[in-house]
Amino acid sequence: MAMSVARFWRKIPQRYNLVGTTCTRCGQCFFPPRSFCPDCRRAGNIVDYRFSGKGTVVTHTVIRTASEQFEQMTPYVLAIVKLDEGPRITAQLVCAPDEVRIGMRVRPVFRKIAADGKSGVIYYGTKYAPAE
Amino acid sequence: MVGIITYGVYIPRYRIKVEEITRVWGANANDITGGLGVFSKSVPDLDEDTATIAVEAARNALARRDIDPGDIGAVYVGSESHPYAVKPTACTVGEAICATPFMTAADYEFACKAGTAAIQTCMGLATSGMIRFGLAIGSDVAQGAPSDALEYTAAAGGAAYVIGMDDPIALIHRTCSFTTDTPDFWRREGQDYPRHGGRFTGEPGYFRHIEGAVRLLFEQTGKCPKDYTYAVFHQPNAKFPQRVAKVLGFLPEQIRPGLVVPELGNTYSGSSMIGLAATLDVAKPGDRIFVASFGSGAGSDAFDIEVTDAIESGSFRRDAAPLVGQLLANPIYIDYARYARHKGKIVMQK
Repeated sequence: MAMSVARFWRKIPQRYNLVGTTCTRCGQCFFPPRSFCPDCRRAGNIVDYRFSGKGTVVTHTVIRTASEQFEQMTPYVLAIVKLDEGPRITAQLVCAPDEVRIGMRVRPVFRKIAADGKSGVIYYGTKYAPAE
Repeated sequence: MVGIITYGVYIPRYRIKVEEITRVWGANANDITGGLGVFSKSVPDLDEDTATIAVEAARNALARRDIDPGDIGAVYVGSESHPYAVKPTACTVGEAICATPFMTAADYEFACKAGTAAIQTCMGLATSGMIRFGLAIGSDVAQGAPSDALEYTAAAGGAAYVIGMDDPIALIHRTCSFTTDTPDFWRREGQDYPRHGGRFTGEPGYFRHIEGAVRLLFEQTGKCPKDYTYAVFHQPNAKFPQRVAKVLGFLPEQIRPGLVVPELGNTYSGSSMIGLAATLDVAKPGDRIFVASFGSGAGSDAFDIEVTDAIESGSFRRDAAPLVGQLLANPIYIDYARYARHKGKIVMQK
């Protein structure tokens, strides 16, 4: 099921450049972006924050039977990556299933995530590649 | 004076050997590799296209020098394989490097020389003071029809150059072009693969235009081949650039660092720009580099470039992004079946 053009467009800063938010009072970083600090609450001050993108693989799996949008990519590695600033994100890894391991350092790469058929919008975004 | 502020390259990791392609079509591997001087070519991953390659090359360029992306006032992407027929690749690149929204942008198409045309445009905009920095990219996931001669060389890769006046690592003293209406290679609207005039692409296309641009630049500058440390020519195969270099009076050692086609293949709009990057990877202050691109259709852009002290200064970190030699190292070789899947050549059930 393709996402709407508006929904993809709204999230371009997050998808292309990992733009999240940070609370300038306590220093916590949030991805996806939060507009409210859960700890500082109304005393907090939220501003945009661009993550370095570097991180470590916390855990991973290999997708061999994918949903329709991703079925041409199988088999592919899906991982939870802990960014150096703290948040964990789920992302695809561009490496062979036998290359990935827990604790592996990774770096962001710009890739095609999916496309809305042959005539629809192409969704670009961030995947991860081994950085070692 | 206007020049190159920084540069970056991206080449996908996958390769197919020319020998593997000849196996599928029953051709003689020695005849093909001997005739072309090309032994393998790069292949994009399933999720790579001209836009992703352009973004990675641009990010590699920006990694080498501290430039505020907001100071990039123009982004031009040259390619003959833009992912959209209508919607600029340059906007995706601008967004992915945080250069939007105060910039102008457009996609260029001129077969294999659209990227050097983008460099010329950025030179004009920077020299006139309209912009501080311009980003010129040549990027392609080149297409070759199954069993066509182009299939042995059509490769994937790209190079990005930031052009400006502030402390360039290489000055561009002069550029000139030689352009005519020559139908040596084309792709009609809606067609998947380009067609070409076979041997006609040689003399009336490649050689006439490159020689025309080079001789014009020599006439304008009073320079000759021995005034240059290095030379880079468009490299659709390894034979053409070596022959044109010889005809013009350049020596084999002058073109050696920039001759990347034997392992890489022809990256079309990326070709001469990756060759220039490979040359800048080894260049020292004072080195003089001659560049002549070629685009079918047809035209050639020639450049007279001089490397400055800035390339070895603290403001430029050549090792902050991969060198061309590093991008060519450790490839993953794939067979024709996997190559066909990566290039979308397998007809799927709709």
